Amino acid sequence: MDSAATSFSSSTPSPVDYIVLLILRPIAAISFVFVFIALGWLLAWKLVLVHVPLVQEIFGLRKKPAKFKPQTRRISRYYNSINTRNSSAPGSGYPPVLVQCCHSSSIAIIKPNYSRVAISHLWSSLEPPSNRIRLLCSTFSQAMAPPAQSSRNPSPSQPSGKGEVSDLRSQLRQLAGSRAPGVDDAKRELFKKVISYMTIGIDVSSLFGEMVMCSVTPDIVLKKMCYLYVGNYAKVNPDLALLTINFLQRDCKDQDPMIRGLALRSLSSLRVANLVEYLVGPLGSGLKDNNAYVRTVAVMGALKLYHISASTCLDADFPAVLKHLMLNDSESQVVANCLSALQEIWNSESSTSEEAAREKEGLISKPFIYYLLNRLREFNEWGQCLVLELVAKYVPSDTNENFDIMNLLEDRLQHANGAVVLATIKVFLQLTLSMADVHQEVYERIKAPLLTLVSSGSPEQSYAVLSHLHLLVMRAPYLFTSDYKHFYCQYNEPSYVKKLKLEMLTAVANESNTYEIVTELCEYAANVYVAIARESIRAVGKIALQQYDVNAIVDRLLQFLEMEKDYVTAEALVLVKDLLRKYPQWSHDCIAVVGNISSKNVQEPKAKAALIWMLGEYAQDMDDAPYILESLAENWEDDAPEVRLHLLTAIMKCFFRRPPETQKALGIALAAGLSDFHQDVHDRALFYYRLLQYDVSSAERVVNPPKQAVSVFADTQSNEIKDRIFDEFNSLSIVYQKPSYMFTDKDHRGPFEFSDEIDNLTVGVESEHVVAATSVDANETSDLLLSTSEKEETRAMVANGSDYTAPFYDSSTPALPSQGQSELAITGLLGTADPGPQASTAIDDLLMGLDLTAPPAPASAPPPLKLNARAALDAGSFQRTWRELPVAISQECELGSQGAAALTSPQALLHHMQGNSIQCIASGGQSPNFKFFFFAQKAYEPSVFLVECKINTSTTKAQLNIKAEDQSTSHEFLALFQSALSRFGLS
Amino acid sequence: MISQFFVLSQRGDNIVFRDYRGDVQKGSAEIFFRKVKFWKDDGEEEAPPVFNVDGVNYFHVKVVGLLFVATTRVNMSPSLVLELLQRIARVIKDYLGILNEDSIRKNFVLVYELLDEVIDFGYVQTTSTEVLKSYVFNEPIVIDAARLQPLNPASMFMQGTKRMPGTAVTKSVVANDPGGRKREEIFVDIIEKISVTFSSSGYILTSEIDGTIQMKSYLSGNPEIRLALNEDLAIGTSGGRATYGIFQDLNCFSFVHHTDYRSSSGSGSVILDDCNFHESVRLDSFDIDRTLSLVPPDGEFPVMNYRMTQEFKPPFRINTLIEEAGSLRAEVILKISAEFPSNITANTIIVQMPLPKYTARATFELEAGAVGQTTDFKESTKRLEWGLKKASFLRYISGGSEHTLRAKLTFSQELHGNITKEAGPVSLTFTIPMYNVSKLQVKYLQIAKKSSSYNPYRWVRYVTQANSYVARI
Repeated sequence: MDSAATSFSSSTPSPVDYIVLLILRPIAAISFVFVFIALGWLLAWKLVLVHVPLVQEIFGLRKKPAKFKPQTRRISRYYNSINTRNSSAPGSGYPPVLVQCCHSSSIAIIKPNYSRVAISHLWSSLEPPSNRIRLLCSTFSQAMAPPAQSSRNPSPSQPSGKGEVSDLRSQLRQLAGSRAPGVDDAKRELFKKVISYMTIGIDVSSLFGEMVMCSVTPDIVLKKMCYLYVGNYAKVNPDLALLTINFLQRDCKDQDPMIRGLALRSLSSLRVANLVEYLVGPLGSGLKDNNAYVRTVAVMGALKLYHISASTCLDADFPAVLKHLMLNDSESQVVANCLSALQEIWNSESSTSEEAAREKEGLISKPFIYYLLNRLREFNEWGQCLVLELVAKYVPSDTNENFDIMNLLEDRLQHANGAVVLATIKVFLQLTLSMADVHQEVYERIKAPLLTLVSSGSPEQSYAVLSHLHLLVMRAPYLFTSDYKHFYCQYNEPSYVKKLKLEMLTAVANESNTYEIVTELCEYAANVYVAIARESIRAVGKIALQQYDVNAIVDRLLQFLEMEKDYVTAEALVLVKDLLRKYPQWSHDCIAVVGNISSKNVQEPKAKAALIWMLGEYAQDMDDAPYILESLAENWEDDAPEVRLHLLTAIMKCFFRRPPETQKALGIALAAGLSDFHQDVHDRALFYYRLLQYDVSSAERVVNPPKQAVSVFADTQSNEIKDRIFDEFNSLSIVYQKPSYMFTDKDHRGPFEFSDEIDNLTVGVESEHVVAATSVDANETSDLLLSTSEKEETRAMVANGSDYTAPFYDSSTPALPSQGQSELAITGLLGTADPGPQASTAIDDLLMGLDLTAPPAPASAPPPLKLNARAALDAGSFQRTWRELPVAISQECELGSQGAAALTSPQALLHHMQGNSIQCIASGGQSPNFKFFFFAQKAYEPSVFLVECKINTSTTKAQLNIKAEDQSTSHEFLALFQSALSRFGLS
Repeated sequence: MISQFFVLSQRGDNIVFRDYRGDVQKGSAEIFFRKVKFWKDDGEEEAPPVFNVDGVNYFHVKVVGLLFVATTRVNMSPSLVLELLQRIARVIKDYLGILNEDSIRKNFVLVYELLDEVIDFGYVQTTSTEVLKSYVFNEPIVIDAARLQPLNPASMFMQGTKRMPGTAVTKSVVANDPGGRKREEIFVDIIEKISVTFSSSGYILTSEIDGTIQMKSYLSGNPEIRLALNEDLAIGTSGGRATYGIFQDLNCFSFVHHTDYRSSSGSGSVILDDCNFHESVRLDSFDIDRTLSLVPPDGEFPVMNYRMTQEFKPPFRINTLIEEAGSLRAEVILKISAEFPSNITANTIIVQMPLPKYTARATFELEAGAVGQTTDFKESTKRLEWGLKKASFLRYISGGSEHTLRAKLTFSQELHGNITKEAGPVSLTFTIPMYNVSKLQVKYLQIAKKSSSYNPYRWVRYVTQANSYVARI
């Protein structure tokens, strides 16, 4: 027993041992490993990872992109100070504070962040031992004191600049009163430091007082730096800004015109609203200064004032002063600045003040334009751009004037500055819009200068010019057909340039040059840059689709299929599909090649879908089509939904042609489709399933009806948009290929943008509603070079076709504002008809014949129309509504001779109509042609009417286009409007 | 109206930042840099020079690795802003002598001063170095020119010929020489960039010369200068002056477009397609004797840009031969021959050729006795690079010589299809000093004399560079 007990105790470990063995040891082992790993990571982090940009990105370590290190590191700072000051007093290798300290022995105020090196130097330089002891004490107390600075500031490379700032402050103070020679140089160094801190984002605003104190100096460099500083901080510290007013005002009266100008600029740049009162006086005298520099600055100052406080600027009557300067100043830069300033001021004022609107119109009046043109050579290139931009808005009264202006500007086309050339081209294009033949000549003329600009500047500049050339090529490709070689890509061009060039090559291809262009494009298809290779293949396809003789191109495309580069094959497949839709006669050749492509080599959904479409469409020509489809159906889940949809349809088509072979595939596909998680795939599978259940032959009629070859593929951009982009020539719209309203907010459109806006708008709307556009002003529709009607028709069809599905069953509900009349008409016609696929074409056909202007019959006798006398509509919503609504009524009416006589300026009619509760939102033109945009609002409803009214006083006719949110009352409104108009001039 | 202007370094650091109108948020530089850096995931496509993020339009140009950026909210003329950015870069260069990150950082106060005068409240005031001189007072801190990177555009002159002072182009227009006196000199550079595409059979598909006559004047007192070009110079198949007029017969308006100097295309004459001129150039006697007269403003500027598609003799011919040797091997033979006079030498030539993607290895074999030639196979981009340094050229390729490279390629997978579709084209970059292919010449450079002893240095220099020099295979 005993021995058993001992043997037990010796052979089996105690519970403590168990714990040690089973719990503690593993824990120890695990924790050891973890510590090891952690240490490893820590090491890696500290040594490597922190410096990896990506890691910094992820962990947000990178605070500011600014990496410019101010000299906060003690050692570098120390050495630096040695460098800069080693010529002055002994011991001046240390920052002045330190030096001060050691000389006055007041060591306790040593800053905690001075380096040990500095201290050791101090140590050796301090002769009396008592001082050494003090130093020791202060060093010790520093070491003991909590490192306040570092705790606030965990990353040592991100200085708060606190110490430096107070350091700078004391140095500035020291220098402020000093009149010693060479003090300006010291000040310059200090100021530079302050500004360098400022630019890297350290807040040095606390030095404001000292900086201002120091700037009492005749040294202009110092003054400039001080102004820069003040300008930067005044806005955030309005109270401090007050400090500067005094000395700035004094400087504004300085003898040196440079100082006057600079002070005035800084004064007006303070951007502090409550200081504007101090600004008016200096600005007023600045505008009258006899030095041109001061005047240029003052003009801009007036504009700045307008932005800080518009009322102050207007009360001081600065616009009038500017206008006077603009017309009389001898210095062109003053004139240019006045022009910019006035454009900005009047543009924002014109919506509220009639006078400003009139002044704005005055800028594009004949005398003023001629005045500017006569002085054009005096302006520098940027001023010329400004003037030319304005001239482009001017509408000459006769063609003689047109030619005079063009002859005058002709040599500007040879300017080396692309901006000047483009601005000139804009003038030329706008002037000749109504003269088709000259317009074409202009194209020929500007070709060479544009090409020179494209090839002479930096890639960025040539991109800007090339985008404009691109626009012109797209508008009139046939004028550029012989220049195609200029659009060949160079291997080292950036991809954004190459893309533009590819599009241009596509556009200019015609019978004579197609072969060469396609050969060139095929070279790019082997490009190492995949994106460009793809684009080039697409370009080949597009050329094929727009050509009559596609023989050679089809061969090329088929060669692509055999190139065995996956992306080439993929792009080519998509193209072959489109090609077959347009030219079914090529099916035989294509299918032979397509049949050889293994579906396994095609991965991209688009390409796979195209391949499957061809398999379905030409199932009878490809022997193994059913089997390929079957294997694809078996791997249902591998493909994208887009591909699955196509697969379903293709198998259906194949089934109708070769039922026995496809039956199995169909079964698999339908089963898989019905259990698909993708809604569309599921629905289509279900639809096919039920169709087949119902009747196989009608299913075939639905799924695989006889097809017509597609003649024109829909254009992605409407002509309305294209015209608007063209009207915004020489602006960002060209580069983005979007009209400006799509990318700018309303407040930031350029000067004059608004009135243009509406003009362009009308053009667009008119051309969209082909039927409604009865009278199209030749001056306005710029469709000289683009035959639009054909494309428009197809587009309209597409648009309406997609619209019809919107469910309007109840024709009595008033139309929402956003819905046009065309939908209403359809709704009325359809009633509760069941929309089926066959019906859609019928509706389209009907639509084409429908007169869109047909008024819908009013449901009940409406109450007499009353208008709201205080209707309000802002310009933005006017434009939006105008764009959304169709033209309800387009009619010509008689103005009456008295009316025509009374209409000398737009304002006259404007007042008259206001008396009839019809408000004007924009007006323009000169005798005899005027144009107005009116709006009116119903008395008790928000519904509005919009009117575009063009009046010709010589024929006494007025052309009205009325749009109404409530269509039913538009005729009553017309009657009201006409009667109001006819009363004009009688009173 | 420009809202902000800033200069970023390659890493995205803010070197200079100026806000003119305060209507764009402060973080725009960061937004911009992020957008440019990550434009497309695959990194193949560069960000275009103009783009819009949240209603703010960003314009940028790259100059010596720095990004010059402007932002605005209004719909401005893109070419105006891009031109302006380029101009600002040039003005800064005129002042600092050398444009790089370091020099801007050292002189940032001066740069701010310049920026304040160039743009006021978003409107451009002036970009002429000449005009700015009277408003700008800071002195540039000139950076040591010796620290220039070798690839600076200025360096192409340094190696070219001994008699040219290479540092002159990096001299600031305002800083005085250490001696205190400014050296009176003027530089006229005729720089031609040529683009040639050879077809696989070796004939020229397209060729174009884009030339610039660049001037940089350090003359005091702005004397007038006359610059005479070739007398047989002809401009334009379509580039002449046009007159827009009216013939009032039957109210029919027509447009007369006559070319004054339609090609007198005799042999040897230089025919430019088109050209444009700097604002200061007066063309009074250009039609008669082909002289340009101008009062050169300070700083660097292009007197004339021209474009030429007239046929010319390309300076190099390239022969490429690819032979398949079995299914996993191929041999590439590159041969370039120089076709310019033998007293002219070209600077570093680099021949590049993309190889098939599945190339695993390439071994090179240079001709016997080749000196100063380097060969490289860039694994990551699958490119062959063959450099011919100047050393070898002095000895072998001045004009008329020929060089060959044999490269044996090993593929990681079996060849299928045509290897020529997978490789190439061969591209060449080179610089040939004191040579221009267009034969456009500055016959004389006349400076209006102030006194008989006034005889400033005049440097007329020619350079031909490859822009896109490609031979297809």
